[in-house]
Amino acid sequence: MTRRLAVLTVLLTMVASVACAQKVLINAAGATFPYPMYSKWFEEFRKKFPSTTINYASIGSGGGIAQVTAGTVDFGASDGPMTDMQMKEFQDKRGSAILHFPTVLGAVVPTYNIPGVAASLNFTGEALAGIYLGKITKWNDPELTKANPGVKLPANNIVVVHRSDGSGTTYVWADYLSKVSKEWETRVGKSTSVKWPVGLGGKGNEGVSGSVQQTANSIGYVELIYAIQNKMSYGKVKDAAGEFVQASLASVTAAAAGASMPDDFRVSITNAPGKGVYPISSFTWLLIPSKIQDPVKKKAIKDFLNWMLTDGQKMTPALDYAPLPQAVVTKELKAIDKIQ
Amino acid sequence: MGLSWRRKMVNVVMLTLTGACTLVAVGTLLFILGYLFFHGGTSLTVDFFTKLPTPVGEPGGGMANALVGSAKLLLLAALIGVPIGFLGGVYLAEFGGTTFSFIVRYTTDLLNGVPSIVIGIFAYTLIVLPQGHFSTLAGGIALGVMTIPITIRSSEEFLRAVPVALREGSMALGASKAKSILTVVIPAAKAGLITGILLSLARVAGETAPLLFTAFGNRYWSPGWEQPTAALPEMVYRYAISPYADWKRQAWSAGFVLLMLVLAVNIVARIILSKRGHSAR
Amino acid sequence: MAAPSTTAFNARPSGRASAFWKRLRSGDEIAYLITLTCALTILAITALLVIELYRNSAVPREKFGWSFLTATSWDPVAGEFGALPFIYGTVVTSAVALIIAIPLGVGAAIFLAELAPAGISNALTFLIELLAAVPSVIFGLLGIFVLVPALLAIEPAIRAVLGWTPLFSGPFYGVSMFSASVVLAVMIIPFIISISREVILAVPVEQREGALALGATKWETTWNVVLPFARKGIMGSIFLALARSLGETMAVTMVIGNDPAIHSSLFAPGYSIAAVIANEFAEATGDLYQGALIELGLVLFGLTIVINGLARLLVLSTTKKGAA
Repeated sequence: MTRRLAVLTVLLTMVASVACAQKVLINAAGATFPYPMYSKWFEEFRKKFPSTTINYASIGSGGGIAQVTAGTVDFGASDGPMTDMQMKEFQDKRGSAILHFPTVLGAVVPTYNIPGVAASLNFTGEALAGIYLGKITKWNDPELTKANPGVKLPANNIVVVHRSDGSGTTYVWADYLSKVSKEWETRVGKSTSVKWPVGLGGKGNEGVSGSVQQTANSIGYVELIYAIQNKMSYGKVKDAAGEFVQASLASVTAAAAGASMPDDFRVSITNAPGKGVYPISSFTWLLIPSKIQDPVKKKAIKDFLNWMLTDGQKMTPALDYAPLPQAVVTKELKAIDKIQ
Repeated sequence: MGLSWRRKMVNVVMLTLTGACTLVAVGTLLFILGYLFFHGGTSLTVDFFTKLPTPVGEPGGGMANALVGSAKLLLLAALIGVPIGFLGGVYLAEFGGTTFSFIVRYTTDLLNGVPSIVIGIFAYTLIVLPQGHFSTLAGGIALGVMTIPITIRSSEEFLRAVPVALREGSMALGASKAKSILTVVIPAAKAGLITGILLSLARVAGETAPLLFTAFGNRYWSPGWEQPTAALPEMVYRYAISPYADWKRQAWSAGFVLLMLVLAVNIVARIILSKRGHSAR
Repeated sequence: MAAPSTTAFNARPSGRASAFWKRLRSGDEIAYLITLTCALTILAITALLVIELYRNSAVPREKFGWSFLTATSWDPVAGEFGALPFIYGTVVTSAVALIIAIPLGVGAAIFLAELAPAGISNALTFLIELLAAVPSVIFGLLGIFVLVPALLAIEPAIRAVLGWTPLFSGPFYGVSMFSASVVLAVMIIPFIISISREVILAVPVEQREGALALGATKWETTWNVVLPFARKGIMGSIFLALARSLGETMAVTMVIGNDPAIHSSLFAPGYSIAAVIANEFAEATGDLYQGALIELGLVLFGLTIVINGLARLLVLSTTKKGAA
């Protein structure tokens, strides 16, 4: 009796799986930086095109690059653009080129959890580098009190939180620190995965913000929306012009204004010159193979890109991501044809 | 003449300490149960069982896909692990006694002791890499490999526990060995065998590590066996380390559901076994 | 297959061939072959596991050789892979977990075996064994939200008593090797208790009676007579618990702090082999990086095999049924 039940269950599941085969299922993985935006987009896209489901796994930019190179996902996502070596590895392994498609502009903010301090602190580049190098160890260090005259900072030890996984957010953070601190540039450098001098590791933007939330006197670096959605304090950062700027739609958009976009869309906009520019801003990219075998999947991905560059861009301000500059959008719409 | 005061003191103190140790152990379990009930059970909603996850940051939604995903993974684990484990147990119990069966038993214990993350790596290299994608199948195979050694040991034990007299009686009546096993020994051990299987499934139901790079996770339904799938313990992990209050609430609910299922199976299994006078191991 | 075979009654000395056919028809041969195949499958799976681990870790093994185990730098970008920080974290957290769990576990086992009346003993053991069924991720959940805040609260007390040692020096942020050790201790206690209790119960009653007759107190009997008698089984349970704790992944990675460096203080964060595999496997590009993680898996596999083997040997030689 139980045996018959088991066989019946197996048969039913097989039938069900065949019935579902009409739908298009796309698997993607990568950056946690834009995850709130992507999860909203994929949901809205699915409402518009019910037969297409894009399952995005937020495992970090490092994971996105690794999985798309291994071919286990249909496309990846990263806020640290792939290096030439990584792009060559993709070419060698998968037999086609990998294309970068910028999706939104976001900001990496220093978020902290200091008991009794709710204000938005001012951070200089040197201060942030000093904290993450382990040279500034207390919250009432002169470097910090100097920039925050009105705030009473406690004499507590700073708990540094960084990423334990390969991360584009780390790339953006380290890219910025390399530009403002010679010592950081030589000692640590910039990459999706660096050798941290100090600190605890959290998994994903989620893990870092979770850790900061749970740990008193801690500081971490996360994408803006994670701090906002969880009502966490985050600081202003000194830009190249010498002003302390708060991350916002305006200041992030200003960061991209001056940048010239190369054809392969890989560009860094940290510490950008100009007024009211948030210095730790970045594009984030979808990593899409230039050759997609499955015609149904190819069409679905192209449809998504078109939708994302038009309707999708309208949804970004609600989640505090800045939409792409119009020039970039135009260039990208043309680049979609590169996907064969 | 009588015990010295010191020896009496030591006796009382040490024995009280052992009682305290027991209280700590039992208290921990009761604390876990209570805390999970309080945080997870009280915030459990119908949505949890019926809805899919919502976009990040939007409260609401549930874990319907993770519940189904876990069920599918367990089904696969059972399909793979139970036949091999059970029949292997039959071999060891009925045809055993040789050096070969000693080797099999030893290897089974070895496999049983392998950390679940290593089994995950195994399933990744064996299934995910050649197939080129993550899937329920890979996750199910990882869990199946974990189920095998647990099922073998419990099957062997319960079959062994069937009195020799029953076997001999059946053979004396002219039944072949195979027929005896099928019609006499196995039915006699039925309660133990079934509960052993249920216990092994309850054990792998809570495993997260082997699923991290085999089943991989999914925010939506996962049709068939070739797509990545969400699973209950994996969702608990992802939500627990996040900062979102709603996700954390859902992690508690999921943890509560998972724990209740696992404990329910364990309690029922042990009650059945103790009624029949077998040891619960 | 239709009527019961009458071989037993009408046993005629037939040739080997016809005896074979008889066995085949009666299903004995088939039963034997099918079950034998399943038994062989286990050997095959285990062999395949070892082969796959070995094969896929070839690149780092060739590159680093044995220095993989002693190198301390884990830098995927620079291509440096040293296993020592993870081996250190794994061994230290398990060792501290045992230091916490052994007295508590053996103490509780003594109470349950020697002092508690049978009914209560069985009921309490039932409850404690349920603790063994709780999934690792749930311990992690409670670890983050209950244990870590609790440890933060009692940290001043620990520091007051033990702060002079290098083991409890330095700042404490909650997630740390110490927190991971405590979580592991809770997870392995049930194993120590349940096996030790069985082993202690198996000590012949004459041993106890002899000691009591000589005027020993209950505790003295237990400590000086019963425990030494049960020593091997208890050691076995400890090794079993150790093997379990070495491989624990989820609970550890949620509370250990994920810092691939060697710190002398338990209050500092650390990393274990299982935790780093869980965190980094999905993003390991290239044969060297992924191979290094697989090689770590191989190291862990080797460690747990040796310890499990020792455990089985010890437990086998004491419990009645020969299988625990």
